[in-house]
Amino acid sequence: MQEGKPLQSKQINRELLVSILNSPKWFFGTISVLGLIVLIAMSTAGFMINQGFGVTGLNRPVMWGFFITNFVFWIGISHAGVMLSAILRLSKAEWRRPATRAAEILTVFSLMTAMTMPLIHTGRPWRTVYWIYTMPFIPYDYARGIWPNVRTPLVWDPSAVYTYLTSSILFVLVALIPDFAVLRDRTTGISHRIYGMLAMGWQGNPRQWKLQIIAGVLLSALILPVFVSVHSIVSWDFGMAVSVKSWHSTIFAPYFVVGAVHSGVSAVAFVLIILRYIYGWQNYIRHEHIDALARLLIVVATGWFYFFVMEVIFGFYGREADEIAVRNLQFMVSPWNIWMMIFVGVTYFAPVAIWLSKSARRNLWIMSLACILVNIGMWLERFLIIVPGLARKQLLVFDWYTYRPSSVEWIIIIGTFALVSMLMLIIARVVPLIPLYDIKEGEILRTEIKIGRVTVPAVFRED
Amino acid sequence: MAKAPILGLFETADNAADAGDALKAAGVAPTDYDFLTDTPYPEGAFGEREEPHRLYIFPFVGALIGLTVGIMLTSMTQMAYPLVQGGKPILSLPPMAVVTYESTMLTAIVFTIIGIIFESRLPAFKQGLYDTRITEGYIGVLVSVEEDQLTQTQTLLTQAGAVDVVLKDGGPSA
Repeated sequence: MQEGKPLQSKQINRELLVSILNSPKWFFGTISVLGLIVLIAMSTAGFMINQGFGVTGLNRPVMWGFFITNFVFWIGISHAGVMLSAILRLSKAEWRRPATRAAEILTVFSLMTAMTMPLIHTGRPWRTVYWIYTMPFIPYDYARGIWPNVRTPLVWDPSAVYTYLTSSILFVLVALIPDFAVLRDRTTGISHRIYGMLAMGWQGNPRQWKLQIIAGVLLSALILPVFVSVHSIVSWDFGMAVSVKSWHSTIFAPYFVVGAVHSGVSAVAFVLIILRYIYGWQNYIRHEHIDALARLLIVVATGWFYFFVMEVIFGFYGREADEIAVRNLQFMVSPWNIWMMIFVGVTYFAPVAIWLSKSARRNLWIMSLACILVNIGMWLERFLIIVPGLARKQLLVFDWYTYRPSSVEWIIIIGTFALVSMLMLIIARVVPLIPLYDIKEGEILRTEIKIGRVTVPAVFRED
Repeated sequence: MAKAPILGLFETADNAADAGDALKAAGVAPTDYDFLTDTPYPEGAFGEREEPHRLYIFPFVGALIGLTVGIMLTSMTQMAYPLVQGGKPILSLPPMAVVTYESTMLTAIVFTIIGIIFESRLPAFKQGLYDTRITEGYIGVLVSVEEDQLTQTQTLLTQAGAVDVVLKDGGPSA
């Protein structure tokens, strides 16, 4: 697991700070294009709010469509951060080192993007301003004496997402302190002052480093239960909804959590491949890292597939009329059955078949393709849970309907992808997306052991 | 006489550890010297002093506060606007547990962050003697000695293998 060559501190600083201290020619053009897409999406959202929801494809009974699908999708992407950062940190997996920060930052931005979805989905987002003047800046609305109903998952959801978002932001910031110190030492003028403030006078003495290591482990242990609870609670938006029978499956919580890990880790693998390519980080994001991610994904994907099969089997076993109606729509009616086949194929069979081959795992183009396929499939998964469930939620056939998304919804969805991409590129200009001290620590702990006729790379692990 | 700082820069951990041993042998108190690095070294790599911390108290205190706030928030909200749902009791533990759990975890994490920053003695408004070469991989041995011992300490650090010695006036010694 140590395929790279030894690296010196100066080289690590120079290469990993290239995204901050240099301005590549493609950067401003790319940001402009992405920014334009985001602006178009925001204008479209404004148009929708002005004209009303009639400009979307939403109509009785399918009141949740693309926006809620996208909300659940981005919450799912956010689970990569904790998976890679917390779980791999606790298990002291060496190959976590280049992946943790990018995953944590992707978590923060995908959570923020996810939260814009219910906001515009309210149709009248200005009413959220009640939260501001009811109790200043505390998001607990009790305007006109109407208190929130804490027994609904629609209140649990924001509490979980806010907790996860706050925890993730604080986790990233604390872990960034030593790297802010490096940037303080490498910059001048206003940048030096800002990084100096953010570094808070960090010197790097043994006490501070010991607490950083403990912080990493302690925060990982604390954030892991939050990670499990967040997507469980998001799944209960469906699992505990009163009116939709096909969503009433107790498997929803673990199904959604494992699905989130599946899509999230695939997204992080894709992001790492992109970063390696655009910043020339071949020394840091190596084939062994992508290989390890792919092998992890085989396990996660198989777990996810098991839960998917169980969810379908429970539906057929119960044979309730409205649940059977939903399954009939999903498996027997075109084009839903085509989407279903595509979904299962691109979420499980195609990527796992790719990941089973070592040469495919180590081919970055093929891995990128596999990761994109997974995310297309996982987006479809949420769509195929939400929309068919609502389209057939009543026993009364006259109330059955279908759903055709309008261009308004397409533009807003595409805008969210552009938003996350733009934010990741902008943050890469401000903070190093690979933690410098983590890589340097890996270099200190690496060694070589002679076993018989071969010399193998090895790493010391401190307990 | 007032104490003054002096910073020796070393290229390897062995030399820095030798400097620590030499300082200890010269009678410098362990609290008067420290090792500055740009990456965490294994504990005890430089023979540094053990410093106890109380970080683990912070998440416990935070969790207790969060638990209390969560229970109060959920129960008082439901009593302020009693909404009977499905004939179930107004104060019901399972739904209250979700919000209470989230507030417990949130406050535990926030207090842990406060604890980390506090126990790391941050923010340090007066950074003290420092050299930017530390973040290039050099190991700094920062010593605080009486002013009349500066020259002796400088010699000690140089003999231990320091590539440079920085004094309080901001310039390198050589």
